[in-house]
Amino acid sequence: MAIKLDSSIIRKVAMALSGLFLIIFLTQHFIINISSVFSEKIFNMLSHFMGNNFIVQFIAQPILIVGVLFHFIMGFYLEWQNRSARSVKYVVYKGSANSTWISRNMIVSGAVVLSFLVLHFYDFWIPEMKYKYYDFLAEDPNRYHEELVHKFNDPIKVILYCISFFFLALHLLHGFASSFKSLGTDSRYYYSIDLFTKIYAIGIPLGFCFIAVFHLITNIVTH
Amino acid sequence: MQLTLKIWRQENADSKGKIVSYEISDVSPDMSFLEMMDVLNEELMIKGIDPVAFDHDCREGICGSCSMFINGEAHGPDRYVTTCQLHMRKFKDGDTIYVEPFRAKTFPVIKDLVVDRTAFDRIQHAGGFISVNTSGNTQDANSIPIEKANADKAFDAATCIGCGACVATCKNSSAMLFVSAKVSQFALLPQGEVEATDRVINMVKQMDEEGFGNCTNTGACQVECPKGISLDNIARMNRELVKAQFKK
Repeated sequence: MAIKLDSSIIRKVAMALSGLFLIIFLTQHFIINISSVFSEKIFNMLSHFMGNNFIVQFIAQPILIVGVLFHFIMGFYLEWQNRSARSVKYVVYKGSANSTWISRNMIVSGAVVLSFLVLHFYDFWIPEMKYKYYDFLAEDPNRYHEELVHKFNDPIKVILYCISFFFLALHLLHGFASSFKSLGTDSRYYYSIDLFTKIYAIGIPLGFCFIAVFHLITNIVTH
Repeated sequence: MQLTLKIWRQENADSKGKIVSYEISDVSPDMSFLEMMDVLNEELMIKGIDPVAFDHDCREGICGSCSMFINGEAHGPDRYVTTCQLHMRKFKDGDTIYVEPFRAKTFPVIKDLVVDRTAFDRIQHAGGFISVNTSGNTQDANSIPIEKANADKAFDAATCIGCGACVATCKNSSAMLFVSAKVSQFALLPQGEVEATDRVINMVKQMDEEGFGNCTNTGACQVECPKGISLDNIARMNRELVKAQFKK
């Protein structure tokens, strides 16, 4: 067996696999976050587990970071390669006649999601790392819900989050179904895959928006 | 019909091209697009202007020679037709029509609307064939039973005429639809199984070496393909290549 990583199809398969891996992560992230709406106790319990479990922190988290970096770096590399494959552009190019805007602009939606991740890391991940591995503060299993709610007291930030989730939905609408096609899934499953993609790609980002808006409203009502 | 044609003119591969505007009148809606181009060229020659160079051969949608990007679409606004099968009734009197060559780094312009598509030939040479003993002992193809569904799919893939509309249309200039059709037409048949592993590896390798872009499953190629080659073939080729990696 000799897997040629320089093959365009193998790169395509690698992009699909990394995308699906990130979708699995997104799903578990959503499940934990949505619990914050229904139960402070469950959210704290899950967050405490995720934040202090050795396997999650030192095995799953580095794998996730590598997955995110690979997906973005490979995405930008492929975009550069694709653009250079047509040195002289068309005077008139009617892309809308044969494909969706979403499928033609994955780099745009991807770049917005990347920008969001920078904001998200600044908001949550960096303070969390500082709390645990720089300041070495004592672990409080009940701090997570309050911290989360506090982050969403700024309407501008909530709007920025919702815009990012809109672009995440666009990215997923093409990327999810496309990844299965890249993996060579037989066309008899396309209808089910496309249907599930639509439900997931709209449902999950909408759910994330709901969480942000819910906590913003909670903040306004309680203060 | 009276039309304004904005056509890409380029003296040769090394010169810089530009869009040149021509007015043409008395165009019959029943003319094919190439017949309209013939009329234009006659008028240009009478005026002593170099006629517009364009590829054509069979003029019945079989050879895949005619390669024009018309008003932003490969082979123009109609579906499942090549440029030679496109009729002027698809346009309105007074329209402005942009005519450009198929564009990709792998399809360099030779002159005006004529592009070099020999990259496709090299991909085909890399594995788009089966090795059969033709010394007189060739087995009758009909003696090998083939499932009807597979025979149909193989035949559909084999209808690819290699015109290059998929590359011209794809925002990435990817040749995956063409290569996958050529891989599929053999992969689906027992006659093609013997060389299946080498075929897919060599054809994809050649495709990559030529410098075509990557497929991002936009589906534009399938829509613009004059023969309606399905995107399913790309998924099949992906499977074939991944399988081949484990066999090699």
